[in-house]
Formats: sequence, C-alpha cells, structure tokens
Amino acid sequence: MAVAETATETFVGTSVKRKEDASLLRGRGTYVDNLTLPATAYMAIVRSPYPRARITSVNLDAARAAEGVVSAFSGTDLADDWKGGLPCAWPVTEDIKMPPHYPLATDEARYQGDGVAVVVAESRALAKDAAELVGVEYEPLPSIAGVERALEEGAPLVHEDVGTNECYVWKLETDDFSAALDAADVVVTRRYFQPRLIPSAIEPRAVVAQVGPTGDVTIWSATQIPHILRFATQLVLGIPESKIRVIAPDVGGGFGSKVEVYAEDQLAVTLARRLGRPVKWTEERAEAHVATIHGRDVVHELTFAATNDGTITAVKSEAWCAMGAYLQLVTPGVPLLGAWIYSGPYAIPNYSVTFTGVFTNTTPTDAYRGAGRPEATYVLERTMDALARELEMDPIELRQKNFVKEFPYTMASGLTIDAGDYDATLGRLLELLDLDAIRADQAARRESDDPRQIGVGFSTYNEMCGLAPSRILGAIRYAVGGWDAATVRFQPLGSVQVVVGTSPHGQGHETTFAQIVADQLGVDVDDVEVLHGDTASSQQGMDTYGSRSLAVGGIALWNAGEKIIGKARKIVAHQLEVAEDDLDYANGTFTVKGSPDRTMGIREAAFAAHAAHDLPDGMEPGLEQTAVFDPPNFSWPAGAHAAVVEVDTETGDTRLVRYVAVDDVGTAVNPMIIDGQVHGGVTQGIAAALFEEGAYDEEGNLLTTTMATYLVPSAAELPSYETDRIETRADNPLGVKGVGETGTIAAAPAVINAVVDALSHLGVTDVGLPATPERVWKAIEEVRT
Amino acid sequence: MIPAGFDYEVAESVEHAIELLGNGEDTKLLAGGHSLLPAMKLRLARPALLVDVGRLNDLAYVKEEGETIAIGALTRHKDVASSPELREHCAIVSYTAGHVGDPQVRHRGTIGGSLAHGDPASDLPSVILALHGELVARGPGGDRAIPAGEFFTGVWQTALAPHEVLVEIRVPKLGAAGWSYTKMARRAQDWATVAVAAVVHGNGSVERAAVALTNMGATTLRATAVEKALVGGASIDDAAALAADGTEPPTDHMASSDFRKHLARVLTRRALEEASRRSGRRARGG
Amino acid sequence: MRRVAFTANGTRHDLEIEPRELLVYVLRDRLGLTGTNVGCDTSSCGACTVLVNGESVKSCTMLGVQAAGMEVKTIEGLAHNGELHPVQQAFHEHHALQCGYCTPGMVLAAVSLIDSGAATDEAAIRHGLEGNLCRCTGYHNIVKAVADVAGVS
Repeated sequence: MAVAETATETFVGTSVKRKEDASLLRGRGTYVDNLTLPATAYMAIVRSPYPRARITSVNLDAARAAEGVVSAFSGTDLADDWKGGLPCAWPVTEDIKMPPHYPLATDEARYQGDGVAVVVAESRALAKDAAELVGVEYEPLPSIAGVERALEEGAPLVHEDVGTNECYVWKLETDDFSAALDAADVVVTRRYFQPRLIPSAIEPRAVVAQVGPTGDVTIWSATQIPHILRFATQLVLGIPESKIRVIAPDVGGGFGSKVEVYAEDQLAVTLARRLGRPVKWTEERAEAHVATIHGRDVVHELTFAATNDGTITAVKSEAWCAMGAYLQLVTPGVPLLGAWIYSGPYAIPNYSVTFTGVFTNTTPTDAYRGAGRPEATYVLERTMDALARELEMDPIELRQKNFVKEFPYTMASGLTIDAGDYDATLGRLLELLDLDAIRADQAARRESDDPRQIGVGFSTYNEMCGLAPSRILGAIRYAVGGWDAATVRFQPLGSVQVVVGTSPHGQGHETTFAQIVADQLGVDVDDVEVLHGDTASSQQGMDTYGSRSLAVGGIALWNAGEKIIGKARKIVAHQLEVAEDDLDYANGTFTVKGSPDRTMGIREAAFAAHAAHDLPDGMEPGLEQTAVFDPPNFSWPAGAHAAVVEVDTETGDTRLVRYVAVDDVGTAVNPMIIDGQVHGGVTQGIAAALFEEGAYDEEGNLLTTTMATYLVPSAAELPSYETDRIETRADNPLGVKGVGETGTIAAAPAVINAVVDALSHLGVTDVGLPATPERVWKAIEEVRT
Repeated sequence: MIPAGFDYEVAESVEHAIELLGNGEDTKLLAGGHSLLPAMKLRLARPALLVDVGRLNDLAYVKEEGETIAIGALTRHKDVASSPELREHCAIVSYTAGHVGDPQVRHRGTIGGSLAHGDPASDLPSVILALHGELVARGPGGDRAIPAGEFFTGVWQTALAPHEVLVEIRVPKLGAAGWSYTKMARRAQDWATVAVAAVVHGNGSVERAAVALTNMGATTLRATAVEKALVGGASIDDAAALAADGTEPPTDHMASSDFRKHLARVLTRRALEEASRRSGRRARGG
Repeated sequence: MRRVAFTANGTRHDLEIEPRELLVYVLRDRLGLTGTNVGCDTSSCGACTVLVNGESVKSCTMLGVQAAGMEVKTIEGLAHNGELHPVQQAFHEHHALQCGYCTPGMVLAAVSLIDSGAATDEAAIRHGLEGNLCRCTGYHNIVKAVADVAGVS
C-alpha cells in the first residue's frame, strides 16, 4: 500500500503562505452574492426614513402590480410567521428591559432604516423599483439620538410601553471602594465620548435561502456565526434545527458586524417557505449604514485615585452606553466584555465599574472589533496620561510603576491573568521607538514655532478574549456556552481532514489550523484540509468572534489531535505487540523504546484502522476523533504601542507618521498572519482616532450615510507600521492567545495621546474623537483664548 | 446601487448631441459618467434620457493656440494631467487634474464633465476661474464663449442652456506667473474641504493675483477682497486674512462654516506664498 | 434593451442589456464573472475595479453600454496559462489579502498603477491606491507587495 511520506518540517512558528489565497486571488471566492440558484427571487426591504414614526398604513397594491413582482408583504402580513423575536442572548441583569424585536416593524418604526415592508421580484433591479412603489403612511413622532439626552426627564421614549429609555444598570465594585477613593492623595476624573463606528466590512451582507421538498432549509449567509444562526432560526421561525443547514461560504470581513441574527436572514427564509422559491438579498452600502449594527457610542467618566508617588489605588468607571432602538444578539453585553479590564495591565486594588444601557432612536449597536475592550482601554490609557500630567510624572514611568509584575495575577475585578511580561513589551517598544530622537525633533519644532508640531503617545494595554469559559458566561447571564469543537479525521491513505466549529472570514484558519495538525501528526501542511462554515459538515461549534478561534477552537483541535495519537498508539502497540507505555511518539512515528528500528508511522496506523483487519478487541474501525474544549480561563494578550503624529496647528490636519506595536499574543503559530491581524486591527483603531465617526443629528437622522461621508481611510492616509512580539506562553497546550482585536484595542488611545502630546506646550489636554482637523483646531483655539 | 430606468442614445457628433438634447425634458449628457452615475445609483438623479457623448474623440485634445491652451471638453483627467502643453504653459491645470478623485476617476472622468456638473466642491472650477478661463458652449445657434466668472451659477447649476454642449475650455499660458492649488481634504479621494487656486503675477513677490475658492459657497468664488488688497500693496498675510470675506460656506459632515472660513484664510496665505515663490522664474531664467 | 459588443478577458461578447445595467452587473450577472465584487454605491471603495482598455476603472461607475467596443479585463483573466500574474503572486507572498473581498479590485488597481509607471516609491504607491479601500490588512502588506513588483524598496 502507498501512504504519503512523513513530513519532517515543523510548521508552527513559521510564516506558511496561506492556503486560502489560491482561490481568492483568482476571483474564485464563494461570497454569497456570487451564488444564484435556479428560479431565485430577489428581496428588497422598504425602510423607514424617519428615526421614529407611527406606521399608519402600508399600501402594497402598486408594488404588487409592478413589472416582475412576485409578492409584497407588510410587517402585519408576516406577523404570524414569527414564533419568536430576533433574539438577544445576553440579558445582563435580571430586570433588563427587553422590548420585542421582529424582522419587520408593524405599528411603529423606531430608527431610520427599520424595515416596514418587503418586496420580492424576478430581479434585484425590479425589486428595488417596486420597493419605491410601496406606499407607507408615517406619522413622525418625537425621537432622540444621544445617550445623555435620552435619560433626561421628558425625553422622547424609544419604547413608550417600557416607560424609560434606561435599559439596564450593571455594577461591579470591590468592598470598601469609597474608603479607598477618600484616602487618595490625588484624584483625577475625565469624561470622554466615543462616537459610533460603522463596521464597514467591504463585503456587504447577503443571504440566499432555499427550502427543500421536506421543509428542510438551507441558508447561505455572509455570517460569522453559522451555528448560532441555525439555533436562532429555530427560535424565530420554529423550524427544528435538525432541518436547518447554514452555510457561511467565503465571508468578506465581519469585525463583529456579522455576529448577528439579522432580520433579512429570517425574512429570506420565511419568504422562501411562502413562495416555494429560493430568495436572495444583498445589502447595498447605504442600507448597511442603517441596517447593519454599529459599534461604540459610549459616554464615560473615569476616575483614578493615586498616591503622590504615582501608585494608583483605585479606578472607577461610569459609562452610559447606547443600545440603539433594539437589542440585537449581544447588544447589552458589549460593555461587559470590557468590564473586568478597567485596571488594564496595572495592579489597582480597588475597583468600581457601572454601565447604564440606554435606548435611542438609532441603529442597534453590538459587537464591533474589540467590543467593550477598546472602550475601556481608551478611557484608561487617556486618563493614565492625564494622571501623569497631574502628578508631573513621565507617562511611561507612571505605567511602569503600576504594571502587574507577577503572574498568574488575580485582578481586583476578580479574574486571573495567566501570563504576561508587561515590562518586557514596553521595554522592547522603547528600543524600537528611539524616543530621544522624537523628543529632540519635538523640542526643535517648538523652539522654531513650526506650524507642524509632532507628538508621541503610548498605550500599554491588556485584554481579555478567547470567549469564553462557559461557567463564567452562565454567571454573567449569557444564554449559551463558550466552548468549541473540532474533529480530526485520518483518511485511509494518510491525508487529514479537519472540521472546525469556528467560522473564519479572513483570519486564515485553513492555514493556521493545518499548521497545528501537521506538526502534531507529522504530515505536510498541504495534506491537511480544513473544513468550516457549513453546519452540515461542522455540526458543533460556537463560531468566530472575540479572538476565540485559536485560543478556544485551536485547543479543541489540538485535543482532537492528541486523541488521534492516543488511538493510533493503541493500534501500534497492538500490532507491534508492546505496551502502549513502551512507545515513543514523535513527528508522526511511533518507536519502541530502546529499539529504534521498531517503528510504525501514524499513517500506517490510520490505514490499519480503516482496514480493521487486526485491531485491538472492541476497538471501532477508523481514525477520527472529536474534541470539545471549554476554556478554563479567558485569553490575556497584552502589548505596548506608540504613535507619532504630525499636527498642522494652523489647519488642525493631523497625520500619523509612525506606529510601533509590540504585542504578546503567546505562541506565534503563523507570524505572518499575526502581523496581518495587528496591521488590520491597528488600522481600525487609528481610523477611530482620526477619521471615522458615524454621526446622527439630535433626532436620529444619520448624517454619514455613505462611504463618501463615513471616512474609512485608504493607503494614502496611513504609514507603514513597525511591529514586533514577545512571547509568554498562555496556560494552554499550545501557549496561544487571541490576536484579532489587540490592535484595535490599543491604537486609538495611543494616537490621541500623541495628538495631545503634540499640542501640550500650547496647553491642550484633550481632543475629542475622532481628532478631525476642526476638533484639533478648536482645541487649540480654546486654550489660546 | 441600481439606477432608475432611462433611455440611452449615443451621440455621433456634437450636432447630433445637440439634436438629442432637444428631445425632451430630463435629458442629461453622459461623458465619463463620474459625476452623474453616482447620483443616479443613489436615485438622487433620474434622467429620462442619457445622451452619451463619451465617444466624441475629436473633443479629446489639448492644443496650443498662440497665448492660449485649448482643452477639448472630453479630455480625460489623466490626459489633462499628463499633457506636455499644460505642464509647460499652464501647470496649475495639469497638477490639479492629477489630484481629482482617484486614479480610476481620472481614467474615465473628463474635464468638461467635471466643469459642466457645477459642483462647488470640485477642484477644476476654481482653477479655471482663477485663470480667467473661458468655456466654449455649442448650441443650435453655434458656439459661444462663456467667461469662467459667468459659467458657474449655483450648486450643480451652470450657464449652459438646455440644448448646449460644453465643447472646449480655454486657458491662458501662464508665462512667468506663479500658481498654486492648495487643497485640504480628509482623505486623498475626498472632495476638498476647502481649496484655493492662486495665480500670481510678480517676480518672487505679488503684484497682482487671481484667487478662487473651492467649497466656500454655492459655486467656486473669487476672493475679490484678497485680490484688491494685493493690488493695493497689502502683504500676503494681510490680504489672505480677507479670504473669507463675503463668503457663506456650507456646514456639513466634513467641517462647519466657521472652520471653512478659517481654512480659507490659512490656505489662501499658503497658496499665495507658494505661487509667489514660483512666480517670475521663467523671466529670471530667461 | 440595447445590443452591446465588447471583449472580456479576450472573449468577445454580444449582449442585449438594459442601459441602466452597470458594467459590474453585466460582468457578474450576465457573464458569470463573479470575481469582480461590489462593495459600495458611491464609487468609494474600488472593490469593483477592472481594467478597461488596460486602465483601472470602477465598473460600478460605468454603464455596460459604455463598454461597447472596449476590452475589459477582470481578475479571472489576469493569470496567464494558470500562472498567477506577478501582482497576484506578490499578494500571496506578502500576505496582502485576508478576507479577499477587496482583493480583485486592489490587484487590478495595482496592475494599472505599475503599468502606468507611477509606482515610483512608497508614497506614490499609497497615493496610487487611494481609490481602493481594504478593511482587513491596514494596507501595510499590500503596499509591500506592490513595491516588490514595481522594484521599489
């Protein structure tokens, strides 16, 4: 028999080029909009142009009579189809207000973009034409967009029957917190607003739904969460999960915005059932800006208490967080994802965090890259600089003085960081930065009164990701678990199929996961095929978000590989007639201890397992193992980032000149892919600092409705980056930590701290987000007058 | 993303285009399409008939005519940007055309299409205005030359009559005059928040200047107070401080009206400084 | 409906299309060339970039009827005899793509930029790609890949 050669290369730790590229580079991606099934009908949604309006009537006659129209429905027409509302999986408190949320509004539209009717036609153009003919009579009602004003007495209510715009109040506080605050030498309090961010994955959302003859449903969706979507579809439509197949083919970026159970997916399924035809919908960008979740929109007040020598003794955060008009999948829980890290990498013994969730007449918010942790890290790192100014201390020295030094370390918030070396990451950053040269340049520009000033800003962060230990999730009222699953399957002739429960959309799982398995099983990385994103092949999984795929799914995969080796060991021991303990295993080969010539490859064992001619008594044929891994702890990446900016003090125009990032993401499985994650993550943080702002007027009319007005930066606005790593092993078999969100968490405060540093000689201490030319100019004007 | 339906005709000649324009209301000329199609995709524009003049290749040219450079209206931005005649004699036009939109826009978009769209945030109108250029319109009665100062009449409004086609843009050779187009935009691909076109006569100093402002009102505007002050001997700093006088710039997602006024003053000063540095070189160099 | 004939990736097509059909939809829906993606509706993102007569064009900002008589090249037509174009190869080597959605447009914008001779240094490359948005890579590796092919350090 011919079995493939055993590989001798080691793949983990090397920059293996991506397996995903071959199809994507040739334009052979399988994005949902590329799929057109026979007899497809196309859906268009009629959306409320008002932030809040009573829906007096919906007249579908003209639309139904239009060319090519298959059918048209109002919210009322479809009301009986819904067995439940669009789910919110995270009721963070017992008394949280959870107003019902159905795929189409019936009596009242509560944000601009809220769906009120749907038209199905023979082409997307005809569907769009007919949607314009739907006659909706609206009675505009008072509405509100800002979280602070929404809580004022007499503010318009987003949900009249709820009786308040306050969705929930959640609090975490250590004992005797007030005493610690009272005892401090120095107390610094700062207020910040982090505006809305529009996630802007370049692939808009899309869905194709098909119903088979037995009522089985297939949903192709541009989603990060095929498994959760399958589960939720049963809740909304009452179709048993066993009859639902969800396929997430190539997905063109998500950044959290596709961790969602959206109205359009459920509408497509219900219309496919009603019409007996496949139904397809592809979002337009202008729709995406109102109908896909937003991130951030949080007002914070952060307080540090410290001694005169710069030891921080307490941190207190109060935050008012926009929910938008409805609660999407984890809307209320997003702030909680940052709740435990308001002490960051610092040893702060007293801790108080309060979140108030607030309904506004705006697009629902939910997880956007970093989710909760960028919010926390921004206010923490900005206030570190504020405290340093107050104490007249160097901001680097203040950070170093307060770093956690020994691990594992249990924070005041109650969670335990397994590993890290914060002095080492910052130390490496300072080596790369050449701060003395920057300060000399800065001094010279100040001396010559140069209109173009430079500044340098720091952000030393840690974060909790790798979502998540199921027990902890249960304790904080999240509805489901945080485990993940993987299957490793040896084919008879020695190639390996891996099935994972995570669902990538750009992260390179097919490559990274293949590297892990290739090393474990001693096969070539090209002999490992990774299957994902289809609930028919991957029955179990909790999908991809929260930097969990490697730290949770990767460990499940490693455990499955260990189980494969364990079963193969039994087969080899049986065939070589030795005890299992007498076998050494390395690089795909079992060797009898003390007899280096008595060996058997794991591929031979795989063939033996399939042939089943001579297996130990009672052993099942085949060599396939599944592992489900529930992480005992979160993952704790950390790092030190620095930004150098140049500010035109006459125009306020601010440009990023350098960005240096040193991160500790544990073992680097594929350094190339990790660097790519850092580059992309950092860019989204820089964009939040300097460019992007989803702006509403006071009533809730979105002002940034297109990509021409919501400013996703291009290559022309950014420099190349400088990145490096240190590695402390996480407490898991691979030593890995998450990496998908680190850059976004770290970058925004580093950039704004740099802007403030550039203007500090003028007396500027704060610039709002994003630091637009106008905001920078106003900040300078304010201190001048 | 899908325009409303419309009829489409290809013009075989300018005269044919003029004839087709007479077919009825709601007829629009389509050149490169980079101003019109984005509006149609969002269904903000819904013409009933598009007359495609994009194949009138005889309107794509740059040529010297004595002291004037004539630019065919259908010359694409990238050809304007790389024109040897313009780079030699009127580099403010070629430079600015090289900064319109992005490379894809410059490959398809035309100078005539951009000017005829009459967008006050667009770059080229200010440049043509600062140059005292002329825009040649052809209608059923023949050609007429419209001074740039009379061409732009409002937001997306021009002096072109419904049956007229913009066929040529005429700009003077700059000789020893210095120039600058100083633009501030958030992203490279964005419209100018504010920009200033300046043409300066002098020899390393400013004797007189023409200054035009982008995105400071309903049309591109002459900064007449600045120009008068300079003729009266004011310094660049003092003259530039008048740049926003009489303007009513818009407030939008990019900037407030007040901030635009501030930018107009700063950018006018910088534009005059850059233009004056460039002025007189030819004379000095012989 | 209007009749329009043009060449896509070397193959001549003669089609009946509506005047309002954007070139990108003609390519995707009529010719099955789904490698060209749609990312926005304001000509901002460049995901739909193709080459028309050798130059980069946003195919969402061109009507199908305007392509009459022209040569269109899409990402599917870039590899030659199965060998990746040098820009595609460099994107692979430098990890210049993640989700891949902007990639066809980015690659073709880069091909046009390099062919035009304008990719002379990092700043020129960055400006030359100003019409293409990527949300995954931060452009760092895209710029490296283009610089590599252009012979710019």
